[in-house]
Amino acid sequence: MAVRNTNLAFARDEMLEAQLPPTSERGVIKWTRENLFSTPLNAALTLVALYVVYNIVAGFYPWISNSVWVADSQKECRDIVTGMSGEGATGACWALIRARWHQFMFGFYPPTEYWRPILTLSLLFVALAPVLFAGKNKSILILLASTTFLLFVTLVLGDGNISHVVFITLGMIALTALGYLAPVRLYWVTAVYPFLSIFLLWGGSFWAPFGALIGFVVWGLVYNLLQERFEAVVSFTLGLFFAAIWWFGLQGFVTDMLLTGLPLELEFVDSDRFGGFLLALTIGVSAIAASLPVGVLLALGRQSDMPLVKILSVGFIEFVRGVPLITMLFTASLLLQYFLPPRTNFDLILRVIILVTFFSAAYLAEVIRGGLAALPTGQFEAANALGLNYWQAQRLIIMPQALKVSIPGIVSSFIGLFKDTTLVAYVGLMDPLKGVTAIVRADMAWKGIYWEPYIFVGIIFFAFCFGMSRYSLYLENQLKTDHR
Amino acid sequence: MAFTQSAEFQQFKLSQLIYDTRFRSYTIQLFVLIIVLAALYWLLGNVVDNLAAKDKDINFAYLFVRAGYDIDQQLISYTNDSTHLRASIIGLLNTLVLAFAGCVLATIVGLIAGILRLSKNWIVSRLIGVYVEVFRNVPLLLWIIVSLVFFSETRPQPRDFRVTAEMAASGQEPIATMMFNNSVAITNRSNNIPSVQFTNDLGVIDLGFVSVSVLFLATVFILVASYFTNRFVLRTATKVQWDTGVRPTTWWKSLSIWFLPLGIFFWSMGLYLDYPVLGGFNFKGGLIISQAFMSMLVALTLYTGAFIAEAVRAGILAISRGQTEAAYALGVTPSLTTRLIILPQALRVIIPPLISQYLNLTKNTSLGIAVGYLDLNGTLGGITLNQTGRELECMVLMMSTYLVLSLIISSIMNIYNASVKLKER
Repeated sequence: MAVRNTNLAFARDEMLEAQLPPTSERGVIKWTRENLFSTPLNAALTLVALYVVYNIVAGFYPWISNSVWVADSQKECRDIVTGMSGEGATGACWALIRARWHQFMFGFYPPTEYWRPILTLSLLFVALAPVLFAGKNKSILILLASTTFLLFVTLVLGDGNISHVVFITLGMIALTALGYLAPVRLYWVTAVYPFLSIFLLWGGSFWAPFGALIGFVVWGLVYNLLQERFEAVVSFTLGLFFAAIWWFGLQGFVTDMLLTGLPLELEFVDSDRFGGFLLALTIGVSAIAASLPVGVLLALGRQSDMPLVKILSVGFIEFVRGVPLITMLFTASLLLQYFLPPRTNFDLILRVIILVTFFSAAYLAEVIRGGLAALPTGQFEAANALGLNYWQAQRLIIMPQALKVSIPGIVSSFIGLFKDTTLVAYVGLMDPLKGVTAIVRADMAWKGIYWEPYIFVGIIFFAFCFGMSRYSLYLENQLKTDHR
Repeated sequence: MAFTQSAEFQQFKLSQLIYDTRFRSYTIQLFVLIIVLAALYWLLGNVVDNLAAKDKDINFAYLFVRAGYDIDQQLISYTNDSTHLRASIIGLLNTLVLAFAGCVLATIVGLIAGILRLSKNWIVSRLIGVYVEVFRNVPLLLWIIVSLVFFSETRPQPRDFRVTAEMAASGQEPIATMMFNNSVAITNRSNNIPSVQFTNDLGVIDLGFVSVSVLFLATVFILVASYFTNRFVLRTATKVQWDTGVRPTTWWKSLSIWFLPLGIFFWSMGLYLDYPVLGGFNFKGGLIISQAFMSMLVALTLYTGAFIAEAVRAGILAISRGQTEAAYALGVTPSLTTRLIILPQALRVIIPPLISQYLNLTKNTSLGIAVGYLDLNGTLGGITLNQTGRELECMVLMMSTYLVLSLIISSIMNIYNASVKLKER
């Protein structure tokens, strides 16, 4: 029972209406106070940061806002800027990119064949879609629809051949529909993509990559047939043996016959005409795709109980990680000829891809080793207790967990690899950064242009690499199984 | 009682080589060994064939032939009459200088950026976030080329610094001015900073291969002596603390031990700063830092700094909040909490990625060929290789040098890592 103080003239017995907090404790003011000016040091940091931002904006804004998009030379750009904003004004001259974008994209690839790399890149997304967004039909649809749209736009701009545009766009629309309705079917595209892309990019006879594909099919079939009766290692080796018979014995003969019977051919494009982002993507994507399996094998070799396998893996990994990539590239261009039979001459791009693959595989192996080390021993023991053999245990129990743990490291290795494709300029290939930009800047008409080509190339690299790192965050969230 | 035949006495069958896990690993290893040996045999055989076809041999005598090219940045004396070996060593030293300076600066940048990115200050953490993402996601080569373009094409020419008599009379400012109270000049040809000089010279000791300045040796000796004296003082202080419970004040002792002897020595040697001055068409005097070195240093520092910032951030985030709370509960002040509780634990997480960033930076110095910086890759793997045509020997030497360098760095850092590691039973 509450005792009421009767001396008081007034006592409130109902609740007050809730009031807004004081102005200093709400809204923008509170946020600013807490986030920007909470302590003197913080306030000083804010002021410094604002000053930096102001300087960046003040320095770049006039330059960006005076951008010139259409001009024939640097001088014309300057005249337009002077005409717009008076003497002494600076302005970005994006007309350079407009005039030379095909070189930044394709190098010296024949202009009539631009539809081939464009189609190859679009098919790359088709091949990747079911892998990247397994079970997410909507994401696949968004990815493929935007790819189709971009494909259409680039084809109209870069090719202009009506029949190409119509047929390729219709094909992509069909694939998009397939991707939405039955995404699992897209794995067929993924499987044939490596061979298809080689045919599309380099051209020549369709039957040569097709024959190579047949070899892998033979390998798989033999393995499946024998798997029931023999150890995995044995059937794997026998499969390889039969595939080798096909590749080195029969393939040449059969593909020649097919070519005369059914001449499916595209104009052959030599490797030295590749350049720009076409080259960076060709090397980057092939090396990324090839280095993951090699990296997994190296990581397993490093963990192996067999001393010889372990020593070889450790030696390889530590050697490759100890030398700069550029020396490996020099090896590809200068030394590889010493290690191959005299007068063998194989493609420089292929050599670079092989060396970059080895390079990145060594780094991947260390990342995956970290993932393997993070697994508790109980997982290995449980797999053994279930009677799984080594490869089954790796495939079903160990690798899915180890790879999941190492996703951030794997993706940052991939990003590093993609950025490192710029180094191929030093072995005479035309990468977008040094190769193409040097050619463009050497042109008298564009003399004195500094930043625009680098900003353009940098933005494209940033888009690819940032996209990859964001995707890795997404994938980590998707695969998260703990309940935190 | 008859012995039953146990599994061990079973007849050995050939199929056991594949199916029995006891023998299978030997089979596989034998198989691998045969493949590796066959591959080596094939590769080496090809090398021999190719060398014979090109009428070449493997010979390192070219290292002792006159190099005949100039290197503008040289830490030990070198002329174009020196040998290729000496040119390669100059290159290696240039690599080391760049790698060392880059590691130090990148650590500073990365540490500051990593801590600021975790700051509660919204605008600062966003700004640092932009810096880190932009630098991490764009190729290093672009930053190197861009900073070369910045230094060599957009900076003022030396003659822009000139103040003529009429300009002085009319009070007109020159186009460009030197920075930091007329001591640093950054022009499109070179970067000039003041250099440390001494009026007295103690001469040099000629070691045959290099000549070492006595003054430098004396400085090193004084520093080493200071280090040991300081260590003695600190240990004595700790001992007193153990005995009496009160730690004697040591900061002024340490400061004087480090700075007094060196200061007196430098003063007696007549230390002065040599400032760059505009003379003729160029700046003269002071220390000249080439555009190549400057652009490599700036690009490597900012690029690697972004990666180190991420490592630092991850390390600090890895320490659970409970550690801070426990420290506060014990009454430890915030600054001491950071110094004594958070940082030592975070360091353990930060150091392994830091090691690999140092290694990456060292290997990335080989991109110096992009800007004409004559490091190991530019001398031994560049001009020497092209002049002598000995690709095989040059590449083998260069790769093994880099390999040894990487191994040394990683072992030094691993020793350090072991010293800060959690000491368990």
